[in-house]
Amino acid sequence: MEFALSEEQRMLQDSVRRFLEQNAPLDKVRLAAGNTHTVQRSLWAGASELGIPGMLIPEDFGGMGLGFLDAAIVYEMFGRHVAPLPFLGTAVMAPLALMLAGSEAQQEKWLPKIAAGEIVAGVAVTERIGIREGAGVKARKGTLTGKSLFVIDWAEADLYIVADSDHGLHLVLPDAKGLSRRALNTIDKTRSVGELVFDRVAAEPLRLSSADAVARVIDAGRVMLAADTLGAGQMMIEKAVAYAGERKQFGRVIGSFQAVKHLCAEMAAALEPSRSLVWYAAHALDEVPGDARLMACHAKSHLSEVGRFVARTATEVHGGMGFTDLLGLHYWFKRIGFDRQLLGGPELVRLEAAHLQGWAA
Amino acid sequence: MDIELTKEDDAFRAEVRRFISEKLPRELAERETVGASGERGALRRWQKDLHEKGWVAVNWPRQYGGTGWTPMQKHIFNEEMAAANAPRLSPFGLSMVGPVIYTFGNEEQKKQHLPGILSGDVWWCQGYSEPGSGSDLASLRTRAVRQGDHYIVNGQKIWTSYAHEADWIFCLVRTDETAKPQEGISFLLIDMKTPGIEVKPIISIDGLHHLNEVFFTDVKVPVTNRIGDENKGWTYAKFLLVNERTGIAGVPESKRKIAHLRKIVKQERLGDGAALADEPAFMTRLSEIEVKLTGLEYTNLRIVAEEVAGRPAGPSSSTLKIVGTEVQQALSELAVEAAAFYAMPFQREHLMGIANEAPVGPAYAVSVTSAYNFGRAASIYGGSNEIQRNVIAKAVLGL
Repeated sequence: MEFALSEEQRMLQDSVRRFLEQNAPLDKVRLAAGNTHTVQRSLWAGASELGIPGMLIPEDFGGMGLGFLDAAIVYEMFGRHVAPLPFLGTAVMAPLALMLAGSEAQQEKWLPKIAAGEIVAGVAVTERIGIREGAGVKARKGTLTGKSLFVIDWAEADLYIVADSDHGLHLVLPDAKGLSRRALNTIDKTRSVGELVFDRVAAEPLRLSSADAVARVIDAGRVMLAADTLGAGQMMIEKAVAYAGERKQFGRVIGSFQAVKHLCAEMAAALEPSRSLVWYAAHALDEVPGDARLMACHAKSHLSEVGRFVARTATEVHGGMGFTDLLGLHYWFKRIGFDRQLLGGPELVRLEAAHLQGWAA
Repeated sequence: MDIELTKEDDAFRAEVRRFISEKLPRELAERETVGASGERGALRRWQKDLHEKGWVAVNWPRQYGGTGWTPMQKHIFNEEMAAANAPRLSPFGLSMVGPVIYTFGNEEQKKQHLPGILSGDVWWCQGYSEPGSGSDLASLRTRAVRQGDHYIVNGQKIWTSYAHEADWIFCLVRTDETAKPQEGISFLLIDMKTPGIEVKPIISIDGLHHLNEVFFTDVKVPVTNRIGDENKGWTYAKFLLVNERTGIAGVPESKRKIAHLRKIVKQERLGDGAALADEPAFMTRLSEIEVKLTGLEYTNLRIVAEEVAGRPAGPSSSTLKIVGTEVQQALSELAVEAAAFYAMPFQREHLMGIANEAPVGPAYAVSVTSAYNFGRAASIYGGSNEIQRNVIAKAVLGL
């Protein structure tokens, strides 16, 4: 048994880490957070040189044909660097939807563009998880009507994948007649979400759509969010430890006080086992279909809890500095908070896990 | 033990209710419900009304303009105010420096400062923390050097809430560099309009401006602005911290938030359409917090009663601070859970109470994440909860 990353995977992770260290330092993240899409565009072009947008896409369509574990370790690095990039929708959920449910013609048309990093693909599936305020999208005679909230990779999308209320998936172009779009400014400024309102909007169905296909797209999204939280949490621990080693009170560094040491140790003890959980959940998406959905639920809900604990505790260790804009620790704090709420909060996801196991009616 | 309500208490409660229904501006209460900050003018008017009624300084002795109420009356008053969503008045004058002035100040100082604090005409801020002196407050280095009838103050304070709106600052300064840290500190009252004071904003995690840095460059402060004796400031500082920590526990506010959450859970639906109120895991957590809070509430009452009997509350304020802020943080967490994905939008105009459009999602959800995020500060300010544990270990348990 081998429960570790391969040499290639470690190299991939290192190259992504180096790319982000060089190209996405915090001041760049701040710029992007001020809605400078040009930052995102140029960064995404750089990521494309590493093959990131097409990492899950088969080589026949110009991608790298890698698996979800590879995607998870990449997104972990994105979380680590609070990278302001459209990875979740564009590189994971949208290609997966096309691969599972799209026709050959649809795949040929869109996958190479995604793989080349030429387009951003938004994903509208929120209402398949929970419906609030009457949102939801109905498909009728080749058109869509209704509303979808918290559409992932919403900004500057060249294509949207939209789930209807009947397990269908559709392709919608941003300039389609009857489609109105509204940005949603959220706590996490490093990733874009928005609202789509459909009034008899012409849509192209993905003919092989099914309840299972929609669920698999969501499963993958959940595992990625867990991986993102893992990376962001790891960085917060490192920052807290570094701060505890610098900040002096009572004539000594605060990291020498047991109260502070234990805060740091508890974070490490909570996060490290989560890494194995995320790895296995990602591996299951590729290789253990019977476990995949349950593991996606477990990874999403557990990392949400661990992430929140780490985010808070790391902030606590930073004292007053932790909640200033100046230090920027809040980018990680909010990234983890966003990961928690998107695609189902832990309560909802745990309930789903209980249903999957036949524990809840 | 006598905690039965008397007829007089019932009559008192009715009087408080009547006053609130007549005077509390509805718009102030509504903003408080959604967690938006109240408009300053409305807050000032509300304080004026309370002041005219003689109810502004609940805990002050009557001779200084306080209410002179029994602990039960105070409890009833706080309960009713919280139930009506009355906003909390700025604590810096009423709960912090006011009691220091009437306890340790001279007659001149009482005459000069107490009326403005009561009426709300003069706003205060707190000059305690410095960049190098947070948990280790006694190491503070802002210096005040005596020059005739004045001190010349140089140095820097940080985390100064609302310094940008304050008229005066109460400040801990070093007046003796040679003594032990705690024995070289004095307590000064400084007019914020004095030349040489500069206020710079610190934007916090919620994207808003509450906090500041305050810089002092050769600021000339009359010696008559010193509270009590030179180099005895630490004593007054600690007296104030006890009040600050008790206030930070925020029991009435948390009670109100629980009541509000209990309404929300009936409205919010889960993915499968069931009400959040039918979700056992969520409701169990809500109930656990409620039990903790009830314990705190009665502890608060007990402390007030002990103070009335002349037994000071002392270090148990540390316990209140820890548990009170934990309750606040847990409640803010539950509100985020209840709002689910509506916790994600950041709606600055709504938070500031200046929006024209309807918010995205339910009204209560507008502030849940900002409250949760800024609420991280509660376990830091007023002495971090780690420091409070040290205080309990030493002063309560004798470790």
